[in-house]
Amino acid sequence: MELFQKPAHQLADMLRKKEVSSTELTKAVLERIRQVDDRVHAYITVTEDLALQMAAEADKRLQSGDAKALTGIPVGLKDIFLAKGTRTTCASKMLDNFTAPYDATVVARLREAGAVFTGKLNMDEFAMGSSTENSAYGVTRNPWDLERIPGGSSGGSSAAVAAGEATMTLGTDTGGSIRQPASLTSTVGLKPTYGRVSRYGVIAFASSLDQVGPITQDVEDAALLLETIAGRDPRDSTSAERAVPDYRADMKKGVKGLKIGIPKEYFVEGMDPQIEAAVRKAIDDLKAQGAEVVEVSLPHTKYAVSTYYIVAPAEASSNLARYDGVRFGHRAANPENLLDLYMRSRGEGFGPEVKRRIMVGTYALSSGYYDAYYLKAQQARTLIRADFDKAFEQVDVILTPTTPGPAFKLGEKTDDPLQMYLSDIFTIACNLAGIPGMSLPCGFTDDKLPIGMQLLGKAWDEATLFRVGWAYEQSQNWHQMRAAL
Amino acid sequence: MKLDKQAVEKIAVLARLQLKPDEIERLQTQLTGILDYVEQLNELDTKGVEPTAHVEAKGTPLREDEPHECLPFDEFLKNAPDAKGTAFRVPRIIE
Repeated sequence: MELFQKPAHQLADMLRKKEVSSTELTKAVLERIRQVDDRVHAYITVTEDLALQMAAEADKRLQSGDAKALTGIPVGLKDIFLAKGTRTTCASKMLDNFTAPYDATVVARLREAGAVFTGKLNMDEFAMGSSTENSAYGVTRNPWDLERIPGGSSGGSSAAVAAGEATMTLGTDTGGSIRQPASLTSTVGLKPTYGRVSRYGVIAFASSLDQVGPITQDVEDAALLLETIAGRDPRDSTSAERAVPDYRADMKKGVKGLKIGIPKEYFVEGMDPQIEAAVRKAIDDLKAQGAEVVEVSLPHTKYAVSTYYIVAPAEASSNLARYDGVRFGHRAANPENLLDLYMRSRGEGFGPEVKRRIMVGTYALSSGYYDAYYLKAQQARTLIRADFDKAFEQVDVILTPTTPGPAFKLGEKTDDPLQMYLSDIFTIACNLAGIPGMSLPCGFTDDKLPIGMQLLGKAWDEATLFRVGWAYEQSQNWHQMRAAL
Repeated sequence: MKLDKQAVEKIAVLARLQLKPDEIERLQTQLTGILDYVEQLNELDTKGVEPTAHVEAKGTPLREDEPHECLPFDEFLKNAPDAKGTAFRVPRIIE
């Protein structure tokens, strides 16, 4: 297997044993980007000079014995993270010429750990979308089938890992934006518990739902990356004062005696039969390893998409009010007055999906409609959350498919926003409840399209997700398959 | 019921979004579709259910009011579309 196809935990060993240097590894990844990115288009910006400079520093640290787990590992960043001195667009014309004046906390922690930044990855504009087709900088293609989407909104992050254009990447997940793209590209994607990871320096979409997390080649790498970025940050008041466990220490304990809940509402009519079969097979594999499988019910599941498509746009309409053409971002030419400056700067700077969500959110929050929409959705959110509380009285972890179907074709759903929204049907409830969720590969369709399964855990219990995910990984080799490019 | 043109235009002004006529027309259909779909929440009996605005809502967290370093002016003014000295330039507000 080539250097650019190896997981970080293996590369970290090789770096320590001086079998390879970070500079050699980084050059191999940069060369891979040159070879395939004109077809995949995972990156908005490749930071080649920065990467080589960081690799040289990492090599010094490795020489001096001061290396940490991720020292010298090539990491790609979704273009939603501020990395000081680096262009940060959020895939929007609004931020076309924006250079980050400071580091996001997760970026600073990766720098401290000695990671190497390969560049900024494509995404749906302001993280709004499920296919990465809403980017102002062109679509990203799925490495497994270039006619298909890589998922979204972190589609550049998932495609980069699947194509070997970064060893691991960071994404963000507001309604499935890490897990859905991971599922569609045969990678591992984790949305941590709300509050586990700082959102400081992460461009905001829906602040009560947004969370930062890893997209990686396997479960161990996801644990490694989460350990590096997690933990309290005084600059984000929603980041929790909770110790971050040593995830890798507990990961290999096996699943014997663990109770896995299967929610009947996630196996519904209309679901792709190949996906259902792959997920049922994974359940059997875990059962064979000693896990106990229990049917559970999450009765309010069918209301999750509706709830989300009020709550998230409402928060977005408020968060995106900051793009007013005054302090940063796009400003319309020759404004007549202040209102004209606001209206035209925003009308020109935002793409169609962002406008759509701002409009929905503004409507839901407007006088006379607030109770009917926003308040009602917040109450539904309470019911969805209570479903999980009840289920987790019976089980340790919940297992579901990540998506109802495999990666769809480019352009297939762009004219019908509602159809696009429904592709997140299995991932959204997790964000509304604030619990952690992880998608990992569990097979392929007859057309060689990746299938993912989702593990949902109790709040703050990412450890059990890693434990179940790692045990499952040992029983098969989906995570070792690579897209032919 | 399809949202009429005036309703969409009114929301657009509230949202400070300049929309072209074809955008308004498309949004009439699309917003109607989305709002019709979320109507399903009305099936739910939410009488007496507390709203969840935030899963970790514990009131507003407080910290000591101590001065911290902030970014130098020239750092963040680099991203300003129009700046002069230490200020952002905007169109005249008071006629």
